[in-house]
Amino acid sequence: MPFTTPKETYSGKIHSVTIGKGKTVTIGGATGLPFLSFEAQTNKSIPVALEVWDVTPDDWAPELSGIYQADWINPVQWAKAVQDKYKADMVCLRLMGTHPDLKNRSASDAAETVQAVLKAVEIPLIILGSNHVEKDAEVLKVCAQAAAGYNCLIGKAQEKNYKTIAAAAMAYNHYLLALSNLDINLAKQLNILLTQMGVKEDRIIMDTMPAALGYGLEYAYSVIERIRQAALKQNDTMVQMPIIGDIGLEVWKAKEAKSTAAEQPAWGDASFRGTAWETTTALALITAGADALIMRHPQAMAQVRKTAGELLKAA
Amino acid sequence: MLVIGEKINIITKSIAKAIEERDPKPVQEMAKVQAAAGAHYLDINIGPARKNGPEIMEWLVRVTQDVVDLPLSLDTTNAAATEAGLRVHRGKAIINSTSTAHERMEAMFPLAAKYGAYIIGLTLASKGMPKDANDRCALAMDIIMGAAEFGVSTEDIFLDPIFLSVNGMQDKAMGVLEAIEMFQALNDPPIKTVCGLSNVSNGAPEHVRGILNRTYMVMAMQSGLTAAILDPLDDKLMNLMRKAEAMNGNIVLEEILDADELKTVEVFRNNILYCHSYLDM
Repeated sequence: MPFTTPKETYSGKIHSVTIGKGKTVTIGGATGLPFLSFEAQTNKSIPVALEVWDVTPDDWAPELSGIYQADWINPVQWAKAVQDKYKADMVCLRLMGTHPDLKNRSASDAAETVQAVLKAVEIPLIILGSNHVEKDAEVLKVCAQAAAGYNCLIGKAQEKNYKTIAAAAMAYNHYLLALSNLDINLAKQLNILLTQMGVKEDRIIMDTMPAALGYGLEYAYSVIERIRQAALKQNDTMVQMPIIGDIGLEVWKAKEAKSTAAEQPAWGDASFRGTAWETTTALALITAGADALIMRHPQAMAQVRKTAGELLKAA
Repeated sequence: MLVIGEKINIITKSIAKAIEERDPKPVQEMAKVQAAAGAHYLDINIGPARKNGPEIMEWLVRVTQDVVDLPLSLDTTNAAATEAGLRVHRGKAIINSTSTAHERMEAMFPLAAKYGAYIIGLTLASKGMPKDANDRCALAMDIIMGAAEFGVSTEDIFLDPIFLSVNGMQDKAMGVLEAIEMFQALNDPPIKTVCGLSNVSNGAPEHVRGILNRTYMVMAMQSGLTAAILDPLDDKLMNLMRKAEAMNGNIVLEEILDADELKTVEVFRNNILYCHSYLDM
């Protein structure tokens, strides 16, 4: 007797958003659960951004500083390397230098960096604050204006500072990255608050907060799975936004990714280990429903893109 | 359903202040209004009460029973405080509570036996929250066996399946109700059940706490819940309870719940993702 694959029907679908100018990137768009191409439309691809800071990091893992030390002399050079040398789909400019406990760079200095990077690369730009709630509101407001016309993704808007950042994203026509802390109910509530103040449903991307392998990955992917269930099976329009996994930051904090072979001889080769840690974290999240990623290691990015590509081939 | 009024508790500022100053009036006021609202028992919650627990509990039991003719639920983990309250209590008290942790059972069950009190058994182990109805039943068996070990009759036990807040734990809500149903099969006659109803709306904004509490209460009554620690001053809650009781064990949700309450049922059934604005959507 021939076997007929049982097919789920979905009542909702995920928004498709296109960021950038000229060389654009599309995120999201699936009409079913991830990669199940036999029963629904999948994402066309899983775009990956590599992370660039506005200041040279002094605490990145040796494995990463080994790779980037020639590139991260200044943000423009680093962004160009991300585009041309490492061939990422997007640049993610994280304005860590603006954090009051780091270099406390001003909003206007940050805006200059944004403009310089925008002039130097063609691929889409994600502009992130330093995750300091008050400073981010100030910085992102100015940077949104500096990036007007470039159709960027600005973030992250959180429960405590979303009003200013959302207003700036709306005023200058950018997409908005909304952050909730592994709290599925807050993720939905934040989207309601944003849409109530006028942000369009299809202009929001969610960051549900990733966690690295060994450091809470199961919580991170369960939240994403449950959000996708609500979006696709319950047609919950307040969670049908695409999801981005900002994982490089989390993964490379882990000692399993960061430690050198000299520090941990029993753990083996640092390059393989760190890359594998980041790749595994990324693949778990995209299998759950993450539509795009922000990563650090170019080889992890390459591995993820290869695997995602295989998963996306039609059944 | 047996109503245990929750309002005399140390978390409420006016009550905490009254206790500290040994001022009986706020406590007695709260006792009287809860009694008038239809409470059958009054919960006296002093928390862990590491300082002067026994003296505080004894004082509270005295001043409360001075003005109302109701039995009390003695809510503390401090066994010495529980006993101090039981010594001066008039009528059949409820010991609130024991868990399945052996030190707790060793401390609390003998008091239930000695003073002929009811006792609430939380289906909670030292290792953390039970994960589903089956887990809760296994813990319920531990409570039943603990009671037997210390000579407490199953008729004096109230099993508490641990109500969870819908904000963050909505996917567990039906499992808790399933546990209430399963508890009834553990013994003949079925053991009584109780809950901390307000837990269900923990973390939710004030304007939805009432509807979350009363909707889940009716769903729990449908599953066979026999008692609840709740706010008897919540008129909508008490009215809905009476309507549900009038259906004589055959509760039909569509007949007594309004549109918003039925939407709330869908949230508890995990068919609508909870968020603070869920009623506006």
